[in-house]
Amino acid sequence: MMKSDIKLINSEGKRLDGRGPEDLRKIKIESGVLHRADGSCYLEWGGNKIYAAVYGPREAVPRHCQNPLRAIVQARYNMAAFSVEDRKRPGPDRRSVEISKVISEALERVILTEQFPRATVDVNIEVLAAEAGTRCAGLTAAGVALVDAGIPMRDIPVACAAGKIEDQIVLDLGKLEDNLGQADLPIAISPRTGEVLLLQMDGHLTHDEFNKAFDLAVRGCHIVSDVQKQAIMHKYQSVVAAEVQE
Amino acid sequence: MTITPAIKKDYITKLAEQGKRVDGRTFDQYRPIEIETGIVKQAEGSARVKIGNTQLVVGIKMGVGEPFPDTPDCGVLSTAAEFVPLASPDFESGPPREDAIELARVVDRGVRESEVVDIKKLVMTQGEKVWLVFIDIHILDYDGNLFDAASLGALAALMTTKIPILRLLGPGGLEKSDLEAWFNTTKIQDIYDLYSMPGFDEYVAGNNKELFKDVKPIALPMTEPPISCTAIKINDYVMFDASLDEETIADVRLTVATDHKGDLRAMQKGLSGSFSKEEIQKVINGALVNGQEIRKQLYAKIGK
Repeated sequence: MMKSDIKLINSEGKRLDGRGPEDLRKIKIESGVLHRADGSCYLEWGGNKIYAAVYGPREAVPRHCQNPLRAIVQARYNMAAFSVEDRKRPGPDRRSVEISKVISEALERVILTEQFPRATVDVNIEVLAAEAGTRCAGLTAAGVALVDAGIPMRDIPVACAAGKIEDQIVLDLGKLEDNLGQADLPIAISPRTGEVLLLQMDGHLTHDEFNKAFDLAVRGCHIVSDVQKQAIMHKYQSVVAAEVQE
Repeated sequence: MTITPAIKKDYITKLAEQGKRVDGRTFDQYRPIEIETGIVKQAEGSARVKIGNTQLVVGIKMGVGEPFPDTPDCGVLSTAAEFVPLASPDFESGPPREDAIELARVVDRGVRESEVVDIKKLVMTQGEKVWLVFIDIHILDYDGNLFDAASLGALAALMTTKIPILRLLGPGGLEKSDLEAWFNTTKIQDIYDLYSMPGFDEYVAGNNKELFKDVKPIALPMTEPPISCTAIKINDYVMFDASLDEETIADVRLTVATDHKGDLRAMQKGLSGSFSKEEIQKVINGALVNGQEIRKQLYAKIGK
C-alpha cells in the first residue's frame, strides 16, 4: 500500500468517481453473446469488460482427471495482454492460476455435479479490460453463462467486494481505491441461501469492520444478482417477442 | 466437433455444384462485417471485428525499449495471437499451437512487409531506444476466416492507436531527451507541438496532467493499409470468407493482401491442397474487389 496525498473520499463524502460509500459502479450484463459456446455472457462492471463462456458438460480429458461420481468444474481466468496499463505477457501466471482455482471451487458448490459423472464443465473467463474487481466480475459473468448453457445449479452464484478506504467501509472498490486503500474483501455468495462460496481478504480490518464490510458486500451481491437475473430474462423475453411477431 | 463438417461435406459440395452456399451467399460474397474501435481504454488502440459469427478483439500496447540488434534503425513490432478456449470447443489452453502462430505471423507480415506502420519513424536513438508496438489478437468466437478478421482488426486498432507519451514519460522510461531525439529524426509535427508546450521543461512524471490536456494525441506513423482477403477451395469451387464448416472441409486456402492501388502486398497459401494458376487469378481478382469494399468500410469507421 502506497502512501499518497490523493483524497479517496472528499469532504462531501463522495468518492473519486462521484459514488457514495455504498454505491456500486455501473454494471451491464448481456447473456448469450457468443455463437460457438454452449452458454456465454458479456459483462461490463465499471471499467472492467469481461466475457465468460461455458462448454459442457462434456467428457473430461485426460481420463485420469475424471471423477467417476460427479463432474469436475474447470474455470480458467485469463487476462488479455492489452487489458492493463503495462502489457501483460499472454498465458497463465501465478495470479490467474489462483483466481481460476478459487472460482472453480466456488462454482463447483452450486453446480449439480452429481448429475454428470466423468464429465467436465469448462468455464472460460476472458478479461479484455481490467479495472479492479475482475475476479468478482468474472465470477458474476460465469454465473450467467452457466445459466445460459443450461447447467443445472442450486443457485446463480454472484460476487461483489467491499473494502476500506480513508478509514471508511465502502462497497466495490475502484482502481485507485484498490491500489491506495486499506483493505479489500471480495466475496461470492449463493443469494438464495446466503452461503459464502468465495472469500478473500487483504489489508487490515478490525473485527467490527470486517462484519460491516461483509454485510455490505452481501448487500452488493444481492443488487448484482438482480442485474444477472434481468440479463437472463431479457434474452428469453426477446425470443418470446420474436415468436409473437412471426 | 470436427465430425459435423465431414457429415455436411456432401451437402456443401452438392450446393456448390449449383453455385450456392449453405448460408445463401454467392462464392465471392463476404458475411456482414462489423468494425468497432476504442473498446478497451486500457489499450493504446483497440478494435472488435465481427465477420458473420466470427468475432475477435485486437489490442495495441506500446512501450520503449531497445531495438533488435539486426535492425537498429527500426522500432519493434510484435504480433501474438491467443486461441483462447472461450472461442471454440476445440481450442485448448496452453502455449500457442501452430495455427495460432501462423495466424500471428501472417498478420504480422501484412503489417510489417507492407510498411503500414512506418517502423523507421519509431526510433528515438538509433540502436538504443525505440518504440515497441505489441499487437495482440484475442479470439472470442471462432466461425471461420480468422485471417481476414485478425488483419482487419489489427489495422483498425493500429490506425486508432494513440502513442502513450504521458504514461511512459518518467525517469528510467521515456525521457525528455528521447522525445527531442525522436522529433529530430522523424520530424513529426505533433511531437513538436507537444514539445513546445509551455511548461514542458518543468514536467515531472506522474503529475501536471492538466498541462497536456489540450495536446493532440500522437497517432502511429502509418501509410495506406493493404486489406487481406482469404479464399478457400472445396473440390473445384473457390469461395471467399469461408464459414467454419466450409473451412474445415476445405482442400486449400489462399490469403491475398491488396493495397489501394490494386497491387499485391502479401500472400499466404495454406492447407495441403493445391491451386492452378487460373484459380490463383480468380482469388486475386476476388481479393481486389472485396478488398476495396472492406477498405471503404474501414475508412468510414475510423473517419478517414
